[in-house]
Amino acid sequence: MADCGNTGCTLDLEWVLSTQVNLPAVKKRAAELGTRRTVKKQWQAAWLLRTVTCIDLTTLSGDDTPANVQRLCHKAAHPVREDLLKAMNMQDKGITVGAVCVYSARVADCVKYLKEAGNPNIAIASVATGFPTGQTHLKSRLEEIHQAVADGATEIDIVINRNYALTGNWQGVYDEVKLMKQACGGAHMKAILATGELGSLTNVYRASITAMMAGADFIKTSTGKEEVNAILPVGLVMVRAIREYYHKTGIKIGFKPAGGVRTAKDSLTWLILMKEELGDDWLNPRLFRIGASSLLIDVERQLYHWTYGRYAADHEFPMA
Amino acid sequence: MAASTQAKSGDSVAEIFESMSYGPAPESPEAAKKWLEDHSNGNLGHFINNQWMRPEGRKAYETRYPATGEVMASTVQGTQEDVDTAVAAAKTAFGSWSKLSGHVRARHLYSIARHVQKHQRLISVIEAMDNGKTIRETRDCDIPLVVRHFYHHAGWAELMDTEMQNWKPIGVVGGIVPWNFPLMLLTWKICPALAMGNTVVLKPATYTRLSALLLAEICAEAGLPPGVFNVVTGPGSFGSLLAMHPDVDKVAFTGSTQVGQLLRRATAGTGKKISLELGGKSPIVVFDSADLDSTVEGIVDAIWFNQGQVCSAGSRLLVQETVYETVISKLKERLTHFRVSDTLDKSGDMAALVDESQRKTVEQYVEEARKQGAEIFQPSAPLPTKGCYYPPTLITKVSSVSKVMDEEIFGPVLCAMPFRTAKEGLALGNNTRYGLGASVWTENLPLALEAAMTLKAGSVWINCHNQFDAAAGFGGYRESGYGRDGGKEGLFEYVQPKWHNRAYPKVDPKFDLKKFGTSVMGLPTLDNQASMVNISGMLTPAVDHTYKLYYGGKQARPDQAHSRPVVNNSGKVITHVADGNRKDVRNAVEAAFKAAPGWGKRAAFNRSQIVYYMAENLELRREEFAAKLANGTGCSLDDATREVDLSVQRLFYWGALADKYGGTVQETNLYGATLKIHEPMGVVGIACPDESPLLGFVSLFAPAVVRANCVVIVPSERFPVSALDFYQVFDTSDLPGGVVNILTGNRDHLTKYITEHQNVQAMWYFGSAEGAKFVETMSAENLKRTWVSYGETRDWSNPAQGQGEEFLYHACQVKNIWVPMGDVFAN
Repeated sequence: MADCGNTGCTLDLEWVLSTQVNLPAVKKRAAELGTRRTVKKQWQAAWLLRTVTCIDLTTLSGDDTPANVQRLCHKAAHPVREDLLKAMNMQDKGITVGAVCVYSARVADCVKYLKEAGNPNIAIASVATGFPTGQTHLKSRLEEIHQAVADGATEIDIVINRNYALTGNWQGVYDEVKLMKQACGGAHMKAILATGELGSLTNVYRASITAMMAGADFIKTSTGKEEVNAILPVGLVMVRAIREYYHKTGIKIGFKPAGGVRTAKDSLTWLILMKEELGDDWLNPRLFRIGASSLLIDVERQLYHWTYGRYAADHEFPMA
Repeated sequence: MAASTQAKSGDSVAEIFESMSYGPAPESPEAAKKWLEDHSNGNLGHFINNQWMRPEGRKAYETRYPATGEVMASTVQGTQEDVDTAVAAAKTAFGSWSKLSGHVRARHLYSIARHVQKHQRLISVIEAMDNGKTIRETRDCDIPLVVRHFYHHAGWAELMDTEMQNWKPIGVVGGIVPWNFPLMLLTWKICPALAMGNTVVLKPATYTRLSALLLAEICAEAGLPPGVFNVVTGPGSFGSLLAMHPDVDKVAFTGSTQVGQLLRRATAGTGKKISLELGGKSPIVVFDSADLDSTVEGIVDAIWFNQGQVCSAGSRLLVQETVYETVISKLKERLTHFRVSDTLDKSGDMAALVDESQRKTVEQYVEEARKQGAEIFQPSAPLPTKGCYYPPTLITKVSSVSKVMDEEIFGPVLCAMPFRTAKEGLALGNNTRYGLGASVWTENLPLALEAAMTLKAGSVWINCHNQFDAAAGFGGYRESGYGRDGGKEGLFEYVQPKWHNRAYPKVDPKFDLKKFGTSVMGLPTLDNQASMVNISGMLTPAVDHTYKLYYGGKQARPDQAHSRPVVNNSGKVITHVADGNRKDVRNAVEAAFKAAPGWGKRAAFNRSQIVYYMAENLELRREEFAAKLANGTGCSLDDATREVDLSVQRLFYWGALADKYGGTVQETNLYGATLKIHEPMGVVGIACPDESPLLGFVSLFAPAVVRANCVVIVPSERFPVSALDFYQVFDTSDLPGGVVNILTGNRDHLTKYITEHQNVQAMWYFGSAEGAKFVETMSAENLKRTWVSYGETRDWSNPAQGQGEEFLYHACQVKNIWVPMGDVFAN
């Protein structure tokens, strides 16, 4: 899925440092995204299906074993119950999630179980580079990428160096991300900014621009392990940076909110954010992903309600 | 709804999955329709004394839904008789309502708030359908603000005894409100009116009558006693009938500047109190230090909120030249995904304009600009096929001379222009007759605050626009009117001092405004002999002392080189004073205008020191002032001495208040600070009364001056000597030149030219009923604030009448600066 292939550019520190972000104004706009736009009825159903295709179905836990990774992969290949898809006449559209997302040590399991689930083409994303903190030596962080790619990961979710970001060493952030991109080879690289550890929205903007200049194909909000993860104000700042980067370079960078997106309604607001701020080109898995684990079940429940007019119980849906 | 719904072509899940388009998301109109059906099938009358009233023989007016043009309801075109009925009801109710305790009135307002909340959805739908605005705004903005206003003012009713202890209600308030925020703006009138113990007759706008009637019914349901709040409907001219009704004691108006001027003239000289919230051409000032993406969204809030039909709409976009092109291109990009939707569609930025005539006016402005070479940008997205819609519009290649840059369009039209420096940006921001709102966009705090203080507008928003809250007053500078809606500052529009009762001035029916103040020259001398002094046994003429005028810190001979005699109680000429005329007024106003910025920037401490210094210097000359007063007015030396002593005391009083009335922090819903600043009016004209010639003079100039105004003051015509002797007090007290300018002569002649001067922001006139009528009438031209005595006198020696909050109210105008805060994020 490396078709947007960001080649990056030279670090332009003046650009990085010149922008200021006003938090209250950003919050206000973020709060209104979901009140100025809404989708109902079949629009809602269609948009929720689109959400499904953009999910990076994720498990990132110490207790991950082949058992739950297997379920994850099968759910990734069959994310929505067949009867629901049929009711919407969508059963032949090949709807799967965007990718599965695991620790690098579980990548090989994913290769095995996606094949078993009959859908080996689903992307496998591996977190890497000392996820979630990035507090390991560069050498081992890079080595982690090589290993994950060798095991079959098609996408690598790296974390940026927050030590450098917080101390204003944007050159350091840039250099590392650039090396990571090289390490990814043909794999698609998502740069996790861990925005909940950057201290200000101005830093979020700076980190976004720096990561894109260094060659990130996607920028991603969070590891899911910070105290503040994917929230709309952060998303707004990041997609505005993506827009700016596109205007200046002609390159379209993807966006991935991760952590905290749990409800179908939340996911629709994120889609609205993409449509409003970046346009329709950004409404598909090539340029938009949502990193989530529990979101999918809620989406399924809403689709059930659309189909049958009744509210469903969680236990009616296969768990991942 | 189940999936079996038949979908139109392009509307199947599979197709939408590909197109990712927005679909319709309509709010149901059923609640509104049901309410109308339940009311004589949409035949509505007035609501008076808690009852519907539909008198026979009235013309009907059909209320339409602007999004489709369909008729929603039939309402009544009221007549004089209906106004009489409603005002009589309100007058009767005033007797008991005004006597209720603040606590009981608070309970009533609280009850209304709760009942409005219970009907919030119905009200939101009615309001949207009546006006055409999007349901999103009525749901998220208009109606929540209505509720907030009732709760906030329930609090003021509760606290009136302590917070407003020197004030009492006025009587019957005639409220006249426009169609752009039909319910919200009427709430801004009735909440403070009712809280302070007044009763109300309200006339909603012609186009939008339904929510007012609905609210009146809800108030009755909430237990408000009959007659306290009445709604009468009628055409535009019907508003004047209400305003002119002799038993209406106060007119509260929001609407166009033209109608505001008309109401000011119509009520001039009647003793009615009036507040006017009028038009605007508010600037959005964008500096290169701004967060430009956020600024673009702020511009959307500023000009496309409510289709631009907002008196404080940011309609002039002023952008620093270095980022001008960037902002314009970002704005154009934003407009490519701007949605104009059906009124009841929950997925839109903008909906219908209120009426076809309004749409045409907007279109004319734009087309005229286009013809004159302006560049018009409108997004290509289609508008709803029927109904009264106009696209969001950005006009560039225009300048300060363009009509669209100067006049209020009251539609979704934004005009943009670059500026070079901060100073120039602010000067352009102030280059308007209006002064309602302004927004400032920068991440540079010192610049933001200085800009907010410099812009002449009642509301200044930093990095936001069109923020409202019941706890902060909203209202204008300059031709945007006077009075405030909301906050403690707004309460003063609905009260009068406890010692005072409304005046019913008797203006001579033959009084001719055109002849008022025509020059009456006093003869230089009468037949008294010049005074002589005995020097070494020889009677020698005393050195002649003819008082000159005093402006710009200097004594100046009058333009027409003419003096007038001052005659004492026994008819003897005691001295001569200059006889000022139009040109002297011109010179004095110019001096005052020049001095105002510097005086305003002085530290309040410095102003207080100067006033205390005046007290010191006056007391040094206590005997001299007293002797002259006694000689000139014929009062006893004791009384004269008492007046001098009281004058010293009054100077102390105002010196004390020089640094204790700067403003306060308002407790609005904003996360940040909403700063209420008591700003000076600017140049204040004052015509002093004849009673208490020294104390009256001091009591009037001192509050104006401590609150940083510069004054052009006409002392007592009969005995101006004390004021003139004050030259030397001023000169020895470090008062900068131009802060106090004294013109002697015929009071009404000078009053005429001061009142007619466009650079004077307020006129205080303590003279005849006719003069009051003149001042109030002529003030309408540039919406000067006025304070007149209607020929009545006050006891200047009584602190309740000669000093206090009433003086501060007249000496200041309130600016609210909204400063959102926040940068701390996450860790």
